[in-house]
Amino acid sequence: MANPLRKPEPEPQREPNIIGKPFRRVDGRAKVTGATRFADDLAFPRMCFARLVRSTVPHAIIVSIDFSEAEKVPGYLGALTGEEVPIPFGILPVSQDEHALCPDRVRFVGDPVVAVAAVTEDAAYEAALRVKIEYAPLPTISSVEEALATPEPRIHDYGDHGNIHKVVSMTFGEVEKGFAEADEIFEDVFFYEGNTHLPMEQHSAVAVPEDDDRVTLYSSTQTPHYVHRALSKVLELPASRIRVVACSNGGGFGGKSDPFNHEIVVAKLALKLGRPVKITLSREEVFYCHRGRHPVLMAVKTGIKKDGTITAQRLRTALDGGAYGSYGVASTYYTGALQTVTYKLPAYEFQGVRAFTNKPPCGPKRGHGTPQPRFGFEVHLDKIAVALGKNPADLRLGMLAEPDTVTANWLKIGSMGLRQCIEAVVAGSGFRERWGQLPEGRGLGLACGSYLCGAGLPIYWNHMPQSGVMLKLDRSGGVAVFCGESEIGQGSDSILAAVVAEVLGVALGDIRLCVADTDLTPVDLGSYSSRVTLMVGNAALQAAERARELIAQAVSQQLEVPQSRLVFAERRVFDAEEPDKGLTFQDAVIATEARFGTLATTGSYIPPRSPGRYRGAGVGPSPAYSYTASVVEVEVDPLTGLWNPVHVWIAHDVGKSLNPVLVLGQVEGSVYMGLGEVMMEEQAFRRLPRHLSNALVHKHPSILEYKSPTFLDMPPVTTYLIEDPDPQGPFGAKEVGQGPLLPIMPAVANAIWDAVGVRVDQVPIHPHMVLRALEAKTKGHEPRFGPKRFPDVDFGENLIVPTPEQGGDGKAINDYKETLRAGMRSASGTMMSREEALKKKKLGALTT
Amino acid sequence: MLRLPQFRYIRARSLAEAGAVLTGEGAAEGEIVRLVAGGTDLWPNLKRRNQKAQTVVSVMSIPGLSGIHANGEVRIGATTLLDDVARHPAVRQRFPAFATAVHSISSPPLRNMGTIGGNLCVDTRCTYYNQTEEWRRSIDYCMKEEGTICWVATSSPRCWAHTASDSAPMACALGARARLVSAQGERAIPVENLFRDDGIDYLAKRPDEILTDLLLPVEAASDRCGTAFWKLRRRGSIDFAVLSAAAALWTDPAGAITRARLYLGAVSSAPLAVPEAESLLVGKTPTPDLLAEAAKLARKAATPMDNTDFQTQWRGAMVQRYTEAALREAAGLPVERLAPKHELFGGVTTAAPSPLSG
Amino acid sequence: MDMNYLTTLKLHINGEYRPVVFATHHTLLEVLREECGLTGTKHGCELGECGTCTILVDGRPVLSCLVLAADMEGKRIETVEGMQHGNELHPLQAAFADLGAAQCGYCTPGILMTAKALIAENPKPRPAEISEALAGNLCRCTGYHKIVEGVEWAAAKMRGEEGTPPEKVFYGSPVPDPHPPAPLSRPLPPPSPGEGGDR
Ligand SMILES: Cc1cc2nc3c(=O)[nH]c(=O)nc-3n(C[C@H](O)[C@H](O)[C@H](O)COP(=O)(O)OP(=O)(O)OC[C@H]3O[C@@H](n4cnc5c(N)ncnc54)[C@H](O)[C@@H]3O)c2cc1C
Ligand code: SF4
Ligand code: FES
Ligand code: FES
Repeated sequence: MANPLRKPEPEPQREPNIIGKPFRRVDGRAKVTGATRFADDLAFPRMCFARLVRSTVPHAIIVSIDFSEAEKVPGYLGALTGEEVPIPFGILPVSQDEHALCPDRVRFVGDPVVAVAAVTEDAAYEAALRVKIEYAPLPTISSVEEALATPEPRIHDYGDHGNIHKVVSMTFGEVEKGFAEADEIFEDVFFYEGNTHLPMEQHSAVAVPEDDDRVTLYSSTQTPHYVHRALSKVLELPASRIRVVACSNGGGFGGKSDPFNHEIVVAKLALKLGRPVKITLSREEVFYCHRGRHPVLMAVKTGIKKDGTITAQRLRTALDGGAYGSYGVASTYYTGALQTVTYKLPAYEFQGVRAFTNKPPCGPKRGHGTPQPRFGFEVHLDKIAVALGKNPADLRLGMLAEPDTVTANWLKIGSMGLRQCIEAVVAGSGFRERWGQLPEGRGLGLACGSYLCGAGLPIYWNHMPQSGVMLKLDRSGGVAVFCGESEIGQGSDSILAAVVAEVLGVALGDIRLCVADTDLTPVDLGSYSSRVTLMVGNAALQAAERARELIAQAVSQQLEVPQSRLVFAERRVFDAEEPDKGLTFQDAVIATEARFGTLATTGSYIPPRSPGRYRGAGVGPSPAYSYTASVVEVEVDPLTGLWNPVHVWIAHDVGKSLNPVLVLGQVEGSVYMGLGEVMMEEQAFRRLPRHLSNALVHKHPSILEYKSPTFLDMPPVTTYLIEDPDPQGPFGAKEVGQGPLLPIMPAVANAIWDAVGVRVDQVPIHPHMVLRALEAKTKGHEPRFGPKRFPDVDFGENLIVPTPEQGGDGKAINDYKETLRAGMRSASGTMMSREEALKKKKLGALTT
Repeated sequence: MLRLPQFRYIRARSLAEAGAVLTGEGAAEGEIVRLVAGGTDLWPNLKRRNQKAQTVVSVMSIPGLSGIHANGEVRIGATTLLDDVARHPAVRQRFPAFATAVHSISSPPLRNMGTIGGNLCVDTRCTYYNQTEEWRRSIDYCMKEEGTICWVATSSPRCWAHTASDSAPMACALGARARLVSAQGERAIPVENLFRDDGIDYLAKRPDEILTDLLLPVEAASDRCGTAFWKLRRRGSIDFAVLSAAAALWTDPAGAITRARLYLGAVSSAPLAVPEAESLLVGKTPTPDLLAEAAKLARKAATPMDNTDFQTQWRGAMVQRYTEAALREAAGLPVERLAPKHELFGGVTTAAPSPLSG
Repeated sequence: MDMNYLTTLKLHINGEYRPVVFATHHTLLEVLREECGLTGTKHGCELGECGTCTILVDGRPVLSCLVLAADMEGKRIETVEGMQHGNELHPLQAAFADLGAAQCGYCTPGILMTAKALIAENPKPRPAEISEALAGNLCRCTGYHKIVEGVEWAAAKMRGEEGTPPEKVFYGSPVPDPHPPAPLSRPLPPPSPGEGGDR
């Protein structure tokens, strides 16, 4: 057999047939006919139903559990308690702090304590209501401030100290010198309330037992691979005995990227009861799964020259993490990581803290950790522009980070289309002429953003590919594509199919996909971090190019045409110089199969290594960064504070649109979600008067009271797709799923200022806030509504990392643990096992 | 899926049959028997276990209970669907503000299911109450059901759950009447007498009485009567009112107000009349200043509580703004700044073109 | 289960009669999905708050999570599974698939049914009317515009009109000239971008 790893011969240049065209998504038909099978649509013979009994108290020791009433419910089959699933799990190796069912202690209202199974879902619910659990209450914590003030009792017995989960602090370059050199210093404090994904589909999972030690889990998960790992760990079964199939997700947005209690519970129950078990969460429970946007308090200080050059910036963030780690350590780093990729920051200091609180755990939601500081930064810049008497667009255009550079915190920027983005929305909205000129009550605001195209490092430290794709071709002429990627609505199936079809010159209909099945498909880490298009796309590209190479060799021999002249297009392989001379694709595959035997190729993708070498450098690097700019026009009623968005202009640098319709959909969906966050969405909690109750509950875990915009709340959107192809992306493509959300919230806040001259330094912007700020303005006070101060936090000693400009090598100069860590970080690829690492308590290899 | 508990279900074929179940053996033995019409209020309440029922009697198959009859006064049968009410030409022409109010209820599919009778009898609401069984356990319930404390006002001896009906304040403002039928006979009462200012016992009717009709009076359809309904809610659809203002102003040919009726929704447990404002208005010409003055009185009368969306204080301020807007619209004065917001947040303005006026 | 609490009915679904036995307290949503195997109808709250479960009963959109199947005697029920003609997609389905109006596709069945009822009543709905009709259906993926475009386009098809949607529906708006004319000396009146402008 020919060496498929030989570098493929270049194909003669041809126009793409599929890439860049608005083709119908490959799952489009199934989705409009109701044929798509979501997890809750599955049914198996003898299937029974589970329900979790969740804690009704925010923080307590479990005293006793009484099943006697539950057992009387007709159809009751059995229960599962924490004792039966004692092994902890969690998405990050450093925070394995969750249990499938709480063994001894509950940490928030909604924490699962036991599971019951019954023949029908009705009976499972009735039985769950009848389980009696007695608790011994513990003091509760509901905010970062409380966590700082209350080190004991600890919600977890790990973390940096007390109820502080994580503290990070680092300095890149000479920040104090930068401030000293500045003409002006600006300081602001911002608050961003937490909010949640609210996918329309409630999480659901079905476990089917096979043999005596084998189980298959069908689940609405964005990350089947991580669920697989967690299951193997908690069930104490070899991963080879567990199969995880991710069904199409009815929306994810980051909310289905952790391994969840209910997934482990049904797998365990299926093995225990010897029959399929389904669980579908209620809407209320989805709010308890959460993993949404962290509430973040931020303080930002910037030194700037009169000409608009930033000399230094310091950012402090305080994250309210909820009751578990989840992705939180990564989220904490993310609140500081991407400040540097939009505008030049020669010196930058970042200090972040994440606290444990007795609320559902926060995690990654669209934009993971970056929308909060982005909101702060972009509103802060707007204030700076006004103070310096500059147009906000010009201020930004004057300080853009450069393409193909390395930032102060050692992120490598490749293509950078932010300039075109800003120019597009500024021209489209008439920003230059209309900003500051509209009548009272109307205003325009501009903001920008940038996001990753996949994280540079996997969540658990390893040297294997982040994405794998396998192709099987045979005499049918069809191409079967196997990949672990999971479709959550973003169109990843279509991208995978399109890349393969494009390279092989076949039609989308010739592709048969098999995805997100840990038994059958090569590992892909999952649909998070905007990684799929770039990473799966590149892996698919490699697999397809290898297949093309084999076919080209066979066809070249058969037709006696030099390989370099062969074109793959229109389901044929033919001579570029004599197009009639060729084979159908099917005949070409037959020739290849005859020559080389059974045909399969693989492709893998590992991101390039990033130059950062300091502790924490794992969060932020990406093969490429997407860029977005947006202008929002609002109208504000000064009598009531009610405001609404009138129009949104948005330009997104996507590198290259693989399918522009899908790209537009992601942009518009992001605009919608961003507007939801700034207009109304909040995951809010309430305490009852303490002398009467220990309650600390979600204010409104319902889709009615957690407000999300309807058709009638969505303004018109003008979308410009900017294509600045990035060499790292397949066909030059970059991400579009998350980035376009980032500028929306600050653009709105800036527009409200333009409309009525007040600042609301907080998200969401409720009408009473606008009104209060207007009242303050009338009284001659600061025309502002927002947080007053950032709490006192001991951030410890900052890591000092010299910047590239200072001639640094990417390492910190004062990391005493560095030597110990070297084993894990060395380029040679040696690494400790996770157990070893845990043993040595050097828990650093993490990212998303 | 959140499911209904098991219950005995009876689709009554006549008022007598429904009445018999309501007062029948089961009920006598302490069984909870509930009426259902469209079920858009009862089913969610049963699913969340807010309310309980061993037997449910549907009134939807009772002949003659649905339909709109317009001869002089307009009679709307209790099981008439909200959408049919909002679209009915007689309702739209003679009682445009009532059509607006009904059109503002919930969302389009819900208006194809909910009935006018059910809307008038809809349960009161509170963010401590409209929650699942498990959630309510986590606050140890509240006074409205199982518990002892009202979490909205912990020393209060009463429940402050707010009236949720959008048709009710408007029907009150128009001076509409409700017809109630039971085994004991029937009676027609002014709509405002159907309600009690109590979050728990919010209806003044007896449990065995069935609401059969809503009667909209001729007087309110006259050219001399201006009406308006303004609703505040977060989104353009789906949401309940967090505040509504319903106004009807009758003027004499000289333009002086001869009669004024002003009712507020969602700021107390029953539609709230503002007699102080009414008496201020009567006998005077509706100038902007006068209406603004009346709106201030409305603000004083209202006690918005922290049991729904939006910040409570701000809602208080909005009582004045929305009342003023409603009064101005009823008086035929222009409503300037608020209008576009109202359209967005209420989706129901009569000033801007809507499917109702179009 | 106690026989007193069971109902036997012949349901009329998508033009076919289907005898079904079910627990009387089960909603139409539950019976469609669990007894009839028609899982195309989805659910997101079961409390009437999201619109995901919308189906048609006698041609009107209703929320199947708040309808008892026991009340369906003599009613005509339509679900997404009944939309296509033979193997051919309904114009609404085709438009949704082609314009990206279905991303995760979870809200899609409910929205398709609502849109179908709208077009039956109003063959030429304006965008504002489409939004008004669909205001009870939440979607978290699309930002709604592709859905409105999909309904408009499908309605045009159903009226027998030829043609395709404008380019920007597929490719975004043309990127404007970055160098606009010099700023005007006096402020422009605010534009009204909503009308006839970009969606
Ligand atoms: C998401 C959502 C949003 C909503 N938004 C709004 C809103 O904006 N505004 C609003 O006003 N409502 C709203 N509602 C509540 C409800 O849908 C409406 O009030 C509807 O009109 C209730 O009518 P129904 O026929 O469905 O009532 P049902 O649920 O059938 O009955 C409601 C109550 O009235 C009693 N009842 C019904 N008919 C009679 C009768 N003839 N005689 C005596 N008692 C009777 C029942 O026993 C029950 O207690 C909303 C509901 C939901 C789920
Ligand atoms: S007002 Fe008080 S008693 Fe009434 S429902 Fe609300 S919390 Fe309960
Ligand atoms: S499932 Fe949400 S409205 Fe029916
Ligand atoms: S397409 Fe995902 S919710 Fe609408």
